[in-house]
Amino acid sequence: MSNENFFFQAFIYLAAAVISVPIAKRLGLGSVLGYLLAGVVIGPFVLGLVGQEGEDVMHFAEFGVVMMLFLVGLELQPSLLWRLRVPILGMGGLQVIGTALVAGSIALVFGLSWQMSLAVGLILAMSSTAIVLQTLNEKGVMKSEAGQSAFSVLLFQDIAVIPILALLPLLATGKATEVSLQAAAGDLIFVAAGGASGPTAGLPAWQQALLVIALLGGIVLVGRFLMQPVFRFIASTRLREIFTATALLLVVGVALAVQAVGLSPALGTFVAGVVLAENEYRHELETDIEPFKGLLLGLFFIAVGASINFNLLFEQPLLILGLVIGLAVAKFSVLLALGQFFRLQLSQSFLFAFALAQGGEFAFVLFSFATQNRVLTPEVAEPLVAVVALSMVMTPLLMILHDRVVQPRFVLTEPEREPDAIDENENPVIIAGFGRFGQIVGRLLMANGCKVTILEVDPSQIDMLRRFGFKLFYGDATRIDLLHAAGAEQAKLLVIAIDDHEKSLEIVDQVRKHFAHLKILARAIDRRHAYELIRRKVDVVERETFGSAVEMGVGALKLLGERSYRAQRIASTFKANDEKMLYEMAELQEEERLVAVRSRRQAEELERVLRAEDRELTHDVERAWDVSDLRKEA
Amino acid sequence: MARTHRVLILFAHPALEKSRMNRRLIQAVQGMDSVTIRDLYESYPNFYIDVKHEQELLLAHDIIVFQHPFYWYSSPAILKEWQDLVLEYGFAYGHEGTALRGKKFLSAITTGGGEQAYGREGHNYFTIRELLAPFEQTARLCGMEYLPPFVIQGTHQLREKQQIANHVEDYRKAIAALRDDAIDWERLRQSHHFNHDLAQLLPAQEVANRV
Repeated sequence: MSNENFFFQAFIYLAAAVISVPIAKRLGLGSVLGYLLAGVVIGPFVLGLVGQEGEDVMHFAEFGVVMMLFLVGLELQPSLLWRLRVPILGMGGLQVIGTALVAGSIALVFGLSWQMSLAVGLILAMSSTAIVLQTLNEKGVMKSEAGQSAFSVLLFQDIAVIPILALLPLLATGKATEVSLQAAAGDLIFVAAGGASGPTAGLPAWQQALLVIALLGGIVLVGRFLMQPVFRFIASTRLREIFTATALLLVVGVALAVQAVGLSPALGTFVAGVVLAENEYRHELETDIEPFKGLLLGLFFIAVGASINFNLLFEQPLLILGLVIGLAVAKFSVLLALGQFFRLQLSQSFLFAFALAQGGEFAFVLFSFATQNRVLTPEVAEPLVAVVALSMVMTPLLMILHDRVVQPRFVLTEPEREPDAIDENENPVIIAGFGRFGQIVGRLLMANGCKVTILEVDPSQIDMLRRFGFKLFYGDATRIDLLHAAGAEQAKLLVIAIDDHEKSLEIVDQVRKHFAHLKILARAIDRRHAYELIRRKVDVVERETFGSAVEMGVGALKLLGERSYRAQRIASTFKANDEKMLYEMAELQEEERLVAVRSRRQAEELERVLRAEDRELTHDVERAWDVSDLRKEA
Repeated sequence: MARTHRVLILFAHPALEKSRMNRRLIQAVQGMDSVTIRDLYESYPNFYIDVKHEQELLLAHDIIVFQHPFYWYSSPAILKEWQDLVLEYGFAYGHEGTALRGKKFLSAITTGGGEQAYGREGHNYFTIRELLAPFEQTARLCGMEYLPPFVIQGTHQLREKQQIANHVEDYRKAIAALRDDAIDWERLRQSHHFNHDLAQLLPAQEVANRV
């Protein structure tokens, strides 16, 4: 690709994203649909600006999926993963088997051989990790029952790709040539066929297995013990871009290594992410990788949109559309049954089923692999590829259908999704997040006759609160439209009481932009979060554990024999000093971003504060009521 | 024209939202040049007084005013706390405690009961000047000049708007006069109350110009 051409392509892709995504978001369609439509528009069947190099771009963009799984891994502590083992194996396994059976049976009815039907069934059982996770994240429902279930199922599917790849060649009715197999495997950027390519090709199976185990063990060991000092060293260079480069290097490196032994890079980076989930630099990694992930994932969606074969659609519109609907209905039914079987609330089952009722990106890979292995004929595979792509495009639409039509039916037991009408007298206070923290703030205010509007993402909370006559909105406070609906225009205060660091800052920034008049009070998760809130000039920053911890310090002093009032004053002094310190440090932060410097400085500061504290306390608490000087004079 | 004094008003009212008199009084002096208002209950809701800061404020002003309702023959609790902490040995009194020397001190108080209640015949038995003796002696020990108090009495019985307005206006004039050094000091020192014959103490025209 010549330079000029490269820039032209980059321009087209970026322009498509920049134009379509904000419009899609404004229209409430979600960013995924925006990207997909952008792809359709610039693709060969509308404007024809891109298309010839579609495959290259696709491979490049698939790396976005790899990064996404790395980030997902970062969010998952091993303990959480362990807790999810039942849904991962149970729901995930049953989903794949169930969908494969249903879709395979339909294929049989259409007259395909049982081998073909099985292959088609397994391939169509895959859902789109990229689209579903992105969509659910955007809606802020990842932590709901449905979100967790969807995540478990997707994780299982990503793992299941490997055995499916191993199984497909066995279903071959024709004979695959060695060359095409190699090519196929080489093509797959995020799924390498087990043992078919790379340096491990030709090794006996037990050696390969050993290699895989050694590599995974290596990832765990290196991640656990080596990465921390490496990150610290890199961070101490104070070059932010080198830290970013390190983060990228890590992801690319893991992807390559894993691919070399015949595993899926997405799975490998996911494991690496999980290993690093408890690393001190987790947040830095996350923020550094995030923009790359976002752009590459966007590129991936655009490429999917651009690769839809409209020719097929125009030639056999009824067949294709029928298959798309059939696929969705089949997957939806299996998922809904599964949700009910695993005792999800009905509304959660619906969300779960709507979210996952599409074909996945792995299907593209698997179809081409199956074709090259002569499991499927091109006549069978090509329409199905188009069906999968269209079903992916359909997902955001299904989600809109779900939000607008299905969810409101649960209004009696569940929150309303959209506000009916704006009251004339809007409440002066909006509380975002009504968990452990927000509830206390809210109760205090309401005890004083102050009316409060609540934004909350956990449906089970909402149910209960409704009964107490609270004004509630379901959803993520980062959504400007929701804040509008909650009356942010008329409100005076916004209390951000959510327990998500990044979201909290995002809300602050959004609100500053759209509702400049709102005074913001924010719960700080930790010191670092507090610094960032202070730097954003949030009106009231309260560290979530600080107040109660100080109170407990008072309790400890009292039990140690200190008199109550003195203990109280010591605490007040400590609090005042610590707060002063906090604000001073927050300013320092600006220039001294890098973690190592910060933590070292913090340790020093803490020592200094603690030492100074000693003198201060003596001064403030004792001197006023100390009569020893008077006695001396007497 | 004499030099400008900087006036520090230490104001204490725990339930200002319910006050009729004090709220008006404090509003009347708000925003005046060279007048600093320190609302103690607002600054220290949990009584944790920043001693150093308060001492710095004292040093930066020439006239110190305690403005408060008269509770149980003394000030509201926070002002007593303030005295205990801020008027430290070695700062306000005692060995080398000369920081406040030469400054002037004024009590500006309101009482619910009327004037006749404060006297041998009334149920409070002591006169206001007698009851304010702890403040007077505090000022004396700190080397400050104790001025006759600005006292508004019988606030419980105050019904007419005009009455309140008159007191408020008097207070503003008094503070302005202290600031501008526009006071007949000799005459003031002989008065019992600052505001009983205010007209005689203040050369009216000069004050009016700057308020």
